This record gives sequence, structure tokens and C-alpha cells, in this order.
Amino acid sequence: MDKVQDNRAWFLIIPVFLIVAFSAVVPLMTVVNYSVQEIFGPGQTFFVGTEWFEAVLKDDRLHDALVRQIIYSLAVLAIEIPLGILIALGMPGGRSAKTSLTLVLLALPLLIPFNVVGTIWQIFGRGDIGLLGATFRAIGIDYNYTNNSAHAWVTVLVMDVWHWTSLVALLCYAGLQSIPPAFYQAAKIDGASKWAVFRYIQLPKMRGVLIIAVLLRFMDSFMIYTEPFVLTGGGPGNSTTFLSQYLTQMAVGQFDIGKAAAFSIVYFLIVLLFSFIFYTIITRTGEGEKK
Amino acid sequence: MSKAAVLAPGALAAPANIRRSSARVSNRTIVLVCYIVFLMLPIYWMVNMSFKTNEEILSGLTLYPHNPTLRNYTIIFTDPSWYSGYINSIYYVTLNTIISLTVALPAAYAFSRYRFIGDKHVFFWLLTNKMAPPAVFLLPFFQLYQTVGLFDTHIAVALAHCLFNVPLAVWILEGFMSGVPREIDEMAYIDGYSFPRFFGTVFLPMIRAGVGVTAFFCFMFSWVELLLARTLTSVDAKPIAATMTRTVSASGMDWGLLAAAGVLTILPGALVIWFVRNYIAKGFALGRV
Repeated sequence: MDKVQDNRAWFLIIPVFLIVAFSAVVPLMTVVNYSVQEIFGPGQTFFVGTEWFEAVLKDDRLHDALVRQIIYSLAVLAIEIPLGILIALGMPGGRSAKTSLTLVLLALPLLIPFNVVGTIWQIFGRGDIGLLGATFRAIGIDYNYTNNSAHAWVTVLVMDVWHWTSLVALLCYAGLQSIPPAFYQAAKIDGASKWAVFRYIQLPKMRGVLIIAVLLRFMDSFMIYTEPFVLTGGGPGNSTTFLSQYLTQMAVGQFDIGKAAAFSIVYFLIVLLFSFIFYTIITRTGEGEKK
Repeated sequence: MSKAAVLAPGALAAPANIRRSSARVSNRTIVLVCYIVFLMLPIYWMVNMSFKTNEEILSGLTLYPHNPTLRNYTIIFTDPSWYSGYINSIYYVTLNTIISLTVALPAAYAFSRYRFIGDKHVFFWLLTNKMAPPAVFLLPFFQLYQTVGLFDTHIAVALAHCLFNVPLAVWILEGFMSGVPREIDEMAYIDGYSFPRFFGTVFLPMIRAGVGVTAFFCFMFSWVELLLARTLTSVDAKPIAATMTRTVSASGMDWGLLAAAGVLTILPGALVIWFVRNYIAKGFALGRV
């Protein structure tokens, strides 16, 4: 569809522009301001240049958190994407009550407040009152997510799988639904195997939604905060302290504002880079389909 | 992807029956059923716990409440410090949904119909805000809202949530609006409709499904967000999610009460999701499916 060139369209954008600018530009400028200053108190600030940025880049605990974050995000993708595809393939089609029920049940975890997700897993995983924890103990595994770092890490990962795999499944399902029945009929006539149908019909048709799913899941898991905060509080030790958590500790816990601000900017730039890749890919995918 | 599939998800799903014409249950269905059981178990456990007394919870594992009690729910519905949390949450979430839709509708129309200077840049800029780590904005938000005197008000949280909800609304609505052919606009203008009249009486009814879905997503994302909501409030506008974390840690662990409060935060989503079930993927894909 060809769009008409008309700069008066800006009048329609202005409300959005103002309201988002108020919430985005002013705070971002404040962060930039902090990141180059040493703050001793109200009115007592000194310009320190790039000192905070250098401190951030040399911070070992930050490097650890970054490595943990990347490993975690990759693990999330490695589990959720294949599992999501598998679930989408098993979903019933058509507009039946079964389809509706499946969609609603699958979507349910996506609509739970993030801290309640943490709470659910807290009461599910505890050894004394939780079904999961008690089951593990009954079969002889000394499961305890509050003082075993490996258990804590796996629990946070499983919680993320529980929380977000449905998103991947729903997106893939939407992709599968767009395949015309004729494709399957042709494959059936050719005697194609299930794998061949998946590899040459379903997977290519899911390409667009899969890219969206991968990027959304990567970015969301890259910014995860509330769920591990409620479940493990970042511990035991630092085993589940991810980037957002470390940032909040720095800004609120230690009141290290300059350094936290510099870190915020670096963090924001990383996410911005991924946003740009995301934007480029999905706008191109859209163009490809329209032609 | 064809437009028909976008407009009527599920309409082309006959092949699913062709693929699995035999009566035996396929492996894929087993995976799906197992996964749904895995999804429901933790939720069931919380619901189960919310009907138990604390003595029963702590005295041993029971798969269903042996002495079902409504005590936990009664506490929440009679204690103002609990139920005001729900009222606060619903209040700012509703405000946010109204603001987001009001500003996003015209903007989405502009993006879907016109080319103008900087359109792609603004569209991208909106996306970056949806993707911004909330932790980055905590401190400056706190100071900004304190400076302008909005701290601990519902409007503060509603405005803060606009940071990610307005871009989301613009993206989803733009997806729906692009599905409406341009010719409709042109015909209306030839018939002498003014822009506001056309938009209100012709265009909006055509994309009402899109508006409904967008409202749902704004509601949902504002409802599940805790970090900003907690930072910007202390007493008067404190959301239920924050009430949960604070009250519970202060008075020891009242597991039953915590579970009941959790169940009540799931309910709104569980109730309205039925209406948007066919569009939920489109919403999460920012209108791009």
C-alpha cells in the first residue's frame, strides 16, 4: 500500500511525542547528567568526565553479572524456542472450544504480575510447603533453591520457561495458522514425511514470527528483574544476580549514583543495538511479505 | 502472510485435521498436554494454598484443602490496607489504558497512512522505549515525579507506564489499521466526511477488534509491571503487588494470605483473556503477525 506524503501528519503524532518524551527524554537526560558528575549532596556536584564509565568498564562484579546474564539469556533461548515450536505444532487448529481453551490456558502465565510469578514459584519450590520441593525431597534429592546456587539458577531458568514459553508457542501458532491448506494437501500427495513438512513448509512460514520471538525473548530475559528478585533475591551469593539487579543494587542499595548512571547508559546502548537489529529485521520481513 | 489469515485466525486451520486424521493420540498432542499440566501445577498449588489455614500449610503436604477456609480472602476484602491496593492498581491501570489509547489512535493512523519527515525515526524511537530496561529509569523517574509534585499519585504511575504502553499501542494499532484498505478513507473524504467524523464514525468501528486488543494489552502490561509502580508510590497509590511484598515480609510469612492475594491478581487477566484469545499472538508480536 502506497502511503501519501504529507507532513501535516505530524499533528497526529504530537500527543504521543509529548507524552513519551516526558517519560523518556527527561529521565534519560538526567541519567546522562549524573553519569559525568560526582554528587556529594544537593548543589555539591563536580564534573568528572568519563571517570564513571571507566570505573564501570573495569568493574569485575559487573563483568561477572554480564557473563551470567548472557549465559542465562542464551539458555532461555535454547530451551524456549524449540519447546515453543514443539508446543505450537501440537496445538489443535480451527475455531473449536478445544482451540480456545488451549489458547487461554497457554496465555495464562503471561498475564500474571511478575512478582506474583516469583511468589508462585516460591511457594511451589519450597521444601517444606511446596509441591515441587517436597517431591524432590521425597525421591531423595536434597533440593534447596535458597542456599544451593545451582538449584537457584535452574529454578530461575525453569520459572522463566514456565512464564514465557507460551509467548513463543503463541507466535509460532499464529505463523502456522497462516499456511494455506493447499500446501499440506500438496505435501500429502507427494508423500512427504512429517519432518519434510516441518522443514520445508512449516519452518519457512514461521520464520518471521520466530525472529520476533527470539528477539523479544532475548531482550526481555536480558532485562529480567522482578522474578528472581522475589524468588532468590539475587542469591545465594551472586548466582542469580543479573544485570538489572546489579544496577538497582548500585543505585538504590549503595547509592552509587554516578556509577549506576554510567552503567545505565552502557546497558541502554546494548539494548538499543538489539532494538535496532529487531527493527531492521521486522520492517524488512514486512516488506518482503507485501511484495 | 495473507491478509485473510490476519483477519480471521483459525479460519484456515483445516489441515490440522488432515494431518491428524487417525484416532490415535499423536506425540505432539502428548507434549502439549504435558506442558499445560506443567503450566497449571504451580497455579493450582497457589489456589490450593489460598483456601488452607496456615496450620494446614505448615503441618504437612496436602494435595487439596482438607479444611477449606475463606479466612485469607476475608482478610483481604475487609482490611483497607489490602483492598485499597487493588483499587489503586485498577485505578492507575485504567487511567493508563485511556491515556495510551487516546494519544496512540491518531498517531497510529498517521503512521499507517502517511509518509512524513522523520516518520521512520519516530517509529524506531518509540520501539526503543518499549525495550528500555525499567531499572535504568528508576532513579530519574523518582526525582522527576517528586520535582513536579506527582509522587505517590495514580496519575504518576499511569504516566510512567505510558513509556512502554504508548509505543506498544501505536505498534499494535498500526498493524490493524494497515489491514484496512486506503480506498475506504478516500471514499469517505469524497463523500464529504471531515477527518474527525470519518475517524469516529467510519474508521474506529472498522478496527474495533484492534482497539479492544490494544486496550487489553495496555491493561495487561500496566497490571503486571511492578518496578516503576513501586518506585513512584508510597502510601496513597500503592499497587497491590507492592502491598504483597511489604505486608508479608513485615508480619512473618502468612502463606495462605500471600497465596490468596496472588490468586486475586491473576483473576482480572484470566477473565478478560477469553475475549482476545485469537489476537493475543498479534499483540505480543507488536501487531506484526
